[in-house]
Amino acid sequence: MAKQTETDAATGVATTGHEWDGIRELDNPMPSWWLYTFYATIAFALVWVMFYPALPFVRGLLGNTARGDLAAVMATEQAKAAPMLARLRAATPEAIAAEPELRTFALAGGRIAFANSCAGCHGAGGQGAPGGFPSLADDDWIYGGSLEEIRTTIRHGVRNGEAAEARGTAMPAFLQAGLTMPQIGDLAEHVLLLSDAGPANPAGAALFADNCAACHGERGEGNRQVGAPRLNDRIWLYGGDKASVTRSIAYSRAGVMPAWEGRLDAATINMLTVYVHALGGGEQ
Amino acid sequence: MKRFTHALIEKNLILLGVLTLLTVAIGGLVQIVPLFLVETTIERVQGIRPYTPLELMGRNIYVREGCYLCHSQMVRPFRDEAERYGHYSLAAESMYDHPFQWGSKRTGPDLARVGGRYSDDWHAAHLRSPRDLVPASVMPPYAFLDRPLDAEAIRAHLRAQRGVGVPYSDEMVAEAANDLATQATPEADASGFSRRYPNARQAAFDADPKVVTEMDALVAYLQMLGTLVRFSDVTPDQLRQP
Repeated sequence: MAKQTETDAATGVATTGHEWDGIRELDNPMPSWWLYTFYATIAFALVWVMFYPALPFVRGLLGNTARGDLAAVMATEQAKAAPMLARLRAATPEAIAAEPELRTFALAGGRIAFANSCAGCHGAGGQGAPGGFPSLADDDWIYGGSLEEIRTTIRHGVRNGEAAEARGTAMPAFLQAGLTMPQIGDLAEHVLLLSDAGPANPAGAALFADNCAACHGERGEGNRQVGAPRLNDRIWLYGGDKASVTRSIAYSRAGVMPAWEGRLDAATINMLTVYVHALGGGEQ
Repeated sequence: MKRFTHALIEKNLILLGVLTLLTVAIGGLVQIVPLFLVETTIERVQGIRPYTPLELMGRNIYVREGCYLCHSQMVRPFRDEAERYGHYSLAAESMYDHPFQWGSKRTGPDLARVGGRYSDDWHAAHLRSPRDLVPASVMPPYAFLDRPLDAEAIRAHLRAQRGVGVPYSDEMVAEAANDLATQATPEADASGFSRRYPNARQAAFDADPKVVTEMDALVAYLQMLGTLVRFSDVTPDQLRQP
């Protein structure tokens, strides 16, 4: 129970009248600096509510919105980059690569765009990933490693069903196309032999000549026109052991890449082209 | 004259009650009134449709696995986010989300616009073993999603969504099981399905068209995220929140 308020003898200040184990609490007023700061924050909040869009029905007095802020910032930043981007858009990748200033800008911008759009599949350094995500840092190109070919691949992608000019043809699944599993095993051994990694298999060689050579070449040198990868190196998209190769032949593989034209603007695609070309495997 | 002090309020039960009620009422109004106006925040953009049955099941898996704990689905109107992810998220884009998956933490990247950025194969491979594709990733592997999808209750799922305001028609509910199978089977006749769900993509999302798996559902959901609104066609007027 609250006791009668009494005055503390030592300080002369009234107490709250409560007592806890003999300890009493002085009833000092709040410091005035604290109190006025508190009132000031309330006043500030009322003004803020009017200026910032915080109330229903009414927009803030300043007409400020986060979306409007973004539009303004983007417009400013785009205006800064616009002259250089216009040059990058107009120039061919060859011209960009030849001109030091454009090339420097393209490599820096391409690195950012690559990290955002390409690294998920092709790896942060373009090293690729097992399971059909090709390395872009070596000189083994499926569709060609010149600037123009790289740009075409970026623009239209591969087997994505959205771009008419997308790269890539479908390899048949040979288990459905008439070969038996033992035949496919023979074939896989011959495919491995092309890179000196398997035993000689005459039956497989004959099957290869009949079924595979048209696209992959008689000695497995590949064909960039149809995107048939080279088979006579030891670079494998889906693994180079017999089981993986057998599976690729039996069920086919069909990697997909999005078409970036429409998603990225032409300047960004040109920057990416120059950047990817410079990753290590660029061809003339 | 007695001053209007804290002690006075504390000692007067009726005054304390009245002032408490006033305070709670103001606090309540501030929280409740905007809900009556929530419709006015939804932009009038074209293309938003309810989730297909397969996408809805994928979304349920997304919720079940707690993806929202590490992935947001909210591109905020800041330059760094616009440059990385694309157009900021619209209220309209989550109007059929019950519950919404905006999230509040990004251990992984935002997923509001992940649809179409990667191939189906990439998603399946990445979900099975994230570090195969992104060596620095800390995402757990979800290889177990390759099990068959339990879609027995798909109609009930659609009806439940309808109960909270998603405009699933009677036809959509009746055809739910068929639509689910159709979307996961590339060769299936999709005329009815495409009419009910415009711009829904039909594919063997996990590369195996024979069985509809949880992987199919989740990849179908991920691949449609952020793709319904074509921002090249959007006018500033449509983005206005009246």
